[in-house]
Amino acid sequence: MESVKPILEFKNTCVSYTKQTMAVKYVSAAIGRNTITAIMGPSGCGKSTLLRAVNLMHNLYQNIRVDGEILLNGENILSMEPIDVRRRVGMVFQRPAPFPTMSIYDNVLSGFALNGIKLSKGEKDATVERCLRSVALWDEVRDVLNKKGTFLSGGQQQRLCIARALAMKPDVLLMDEPTSALDPIATKHIEDLLVELQKEVTILIVTHNMGQAMRISSKSMFMYLGELVEYGDTGMMFSNPADERTKAYLTGKMG
Amino acid sequence: MNDKVYKALLLLTALFMPVICGGVVYALVTDAYDAFEHFGFFRFLTSSEWSYTQGAEKYGALPFITGTLMTTLLALIFCIPFSLPVALFVGEYFKGTRLAAVLGTVTDLLAGIPSIIYGLWGFYTLRPIIMALDISPQGSGVLTASLVLAIMIVPYAASLSAEFIKMVPNDLKEGAYSLGATRAEVVKSVIFPVAGSGIFSSYVLAIGRALGETMTVTMLIGNTNNIPDSITSTGNSMASIIANQFGEADDLRLSSLIAIGLVLFMITAVINMAGKMMIKRARI
Amino acid sequence: MGQDKLMLWVICIFAALTAVPLVAILGEVLLRGWDQLSWEFFTEPTPTAYRAMKAIEAGERIPGGIANGIVGTMLMLGMAVAVAVPVGILCGAFLAENGKSRFAQVVSYLTDLLQGTPSVIIGIITYIWVVVPMKGYSAIAGSVALCIMMLPLIVRSTEETLKILPASLKEAGLALGANSARVMLKVQLPAAFGGIFTGVLLAISRVIGETAPLMFTALGCSLVRWSVDKPISAVPLLIWEFFNDPNLQELIWGASLFLLLFVLTLNLTAKYLAKKWNQ
Repeated sequence: MESVKPILEFKNTCVSYTKQTMAVKYVSAAIGRNTITAIMGPSGCGKSTLLRAVNLMHNLYQNIRVDGEILLNGENILSMEPIDVRRRVGMVFQRPAPFPTMSIYDNVLSGFALNGIKLSKGEKDATVERCLRSVALWDEVRDVLNKKGTFLSGGQQQRLCIARALAMKPDVLLMDEPTSALDPIATKHIEDLLVELQKEVTILIVTHNMGQAMRISSKSMFMYLGELVEYGDTGMMFSNPADERTKAYLTGKMG
Repeated sequence: MNDKVYKALLLLTALFMPVICGGVVYALVTDAYDAFEHFGFFRFLTSSEWSYTQGAEKYGALPFITGTLMTTLLALIFCIPFSLPVALFVGEYFKGTRLAAVLGTVTDLLAGIPSIIYGLWGFYTLRPIIMALDISPQGSGVLTASLVLAIMIVPYAASLSAEFIKMVPNDLKEGAYSLGATRAEVVKSVIFPVAGSGIFSSYVLAIGRALGETMTVTMLIGNTNNIPDSITSTGNSMASIIANQFGEADDLRLSSLIAIGLVLFMITAVINMAGKMMIKRARI
Repeated sequence: MGQDKLMLWVICIFAALTAVPLVAILGEVLLRGWDQLSWEFFTEPTPTAYRAMKAIEAGERIPGGIANGIVGTMLMLGMAVAVAVPVGILCGAFLAENGKSRFAQVVSYLTDLLQGTPSVIIGIITYIWVVVPMKGYSAIAGSVALCIMMLPLIVRSTEETLKILPASLKEAGLALGANSARVMLKVQLPAAFGGIFTGVLLAISRVIGETAPLMFTALGCSLVRWSVDKPISAVPLLIWEFFNDPNLQELIWGASLFLLLFVLTLNLTAKYLAKKWNQ
């Protein structure tokens, strides 16, 4: 059963770089709470752009504008303060990017430090353990918490980045091809982890890897040339795509 | 910290640059105004008299402009036969080897030596050699100053040229080799044409450095206020006349020296900006 | 011998020749200056010309040293660094953050302009700005001149270091809900520390040997002084003084050796750290 009220909803969302070029065109979709939604499509179809819009990343660049609405718990984030949005929406990037000057411990807590939120020693320890446990990293790093985050392997670094995002207790976690820079074993770890994590957080993941979408997501979006072509149950989409373009992509005849 | 405060702080510090540069131009122009008004802008630039007898003061910048141009041009000529081989050594022939790193350190150290020490070395070592070779009787002069100036600008020209030589794409070089070209031919027909504009711009910037170099020239050029009639005769550059006389000058002479400073500032600004623009274009 | 080999030889020989002046300069300063280095040389101020003349007549070693210059250099450098480092870093951060705006491009050009301005002109400017209004030469004036010369170097190195940091670092910080001030302060600047630190060291090594701008600003003084509003000496100023005074010529080489070793050590340390931190 789908929950009645979606946690995230796109309403005619458009993202444009210049007046002529629209990277995302009139996307409308509702994302249910505690689901994993995969966003697929060939390179340049606007899937990363759409994802980044949810975290208001476009505010960093002057020439990008977003139109329409993106509702988080019914509230339009486009008219909210970026800082408030980003505390409720976590993001994990393609390449693992732990802060190079911080220890593993401080990396997990960096969201608090960066927001000027003071925690007691006990709260800190508890948060670090909780977050590292939920990304299955605790046992591997519990004795080296004071080492730099960059000392970890690529897969461990990416899990650290997920832990860092989880520490802020976000409602939604955005992931932009989080495993594309990792080896197959590390990828498998992260995938298992995401399936576990959907109990606590709603995940929106951009992926190039159809197998990955099939393995972890309950819902899938297929985007092409900035349009949302198809959105539905992952199983349905893979077995019986409604649109010719989706079919062409899934059978490898495109991109 | 509040984001607005932070942005305002950044903007405020960024304002330092326009304020300083505006202040430089403003101060030079207002303080040079007396001299230009008294002698006329073009007369000041083209007059070769520099006499400070009370009541009959006459100041003109031509000897010093000539001195600066002569030392700079000569330094450039002496610099090329050394900086170009160094650039090829570091950027092509021994690219990435330990030898290139050693030569790179040598040029770095040469660039780091303070100009007053170059001046001392020129005065106590090079000048006696010039005298012994009977090139000029007093040893100091345009030639001596230019030789040391050349050594000082080799590192700048060489390291920047090497950067452009390194950037020449390998496929181009391999293409030429596959057609049977020798290394010398590759240098001549691939590297120089491709990296040419970059190499040229690095010499423009080296000129910019030589133009304003003060202490070395002051110690070696001989400090006479006439137009040098040959490369072995003595003279003064714009920077060296300022260094020599600024401390003791007042009134019209001070203003004339500042006027020379303004001219020097404008020349170096034009040369440097041209060099930077050429570099930006060459990098694309 | 083929053309190819000939060219290789020419390149090697001329490249090797550029090491000759370095060896000659280092050798001469080292040989002539080594004897002068002693404890007194660093703790005593410059002797008067009269005392030096007496010592030379008596066939003794010239008494005194360069303590006044060392103190002056450190004092002026300290004041210059205290202003140039924070301002330079913030201005560099501004350029890295707003690289494409029209104003930032103007600032960037002006930074180049200031960096290329001959040091003697910085001397004139500081004379007009500081010495004339204060009605006298001073350590403050000298440090203003040094500060103006350091500023563009620090701005550039900060800007370049910040620009080569991966964009994901900044985005990751912002994605956690931090404002850009905190991301700069806690993520970007710490990550860029190595490059900025090297830039500051190189800027110091560049200005510490500057003579011309100090001649019209700090002027020189034969006493060891800590006051900021009075004329003060500096090591390169002393070398210039010794060069012009026949009685003090012997002291040139010790002072030059000190300055040269200081500058080159700073230079090599900076380059070494830059290489180490880049790996």
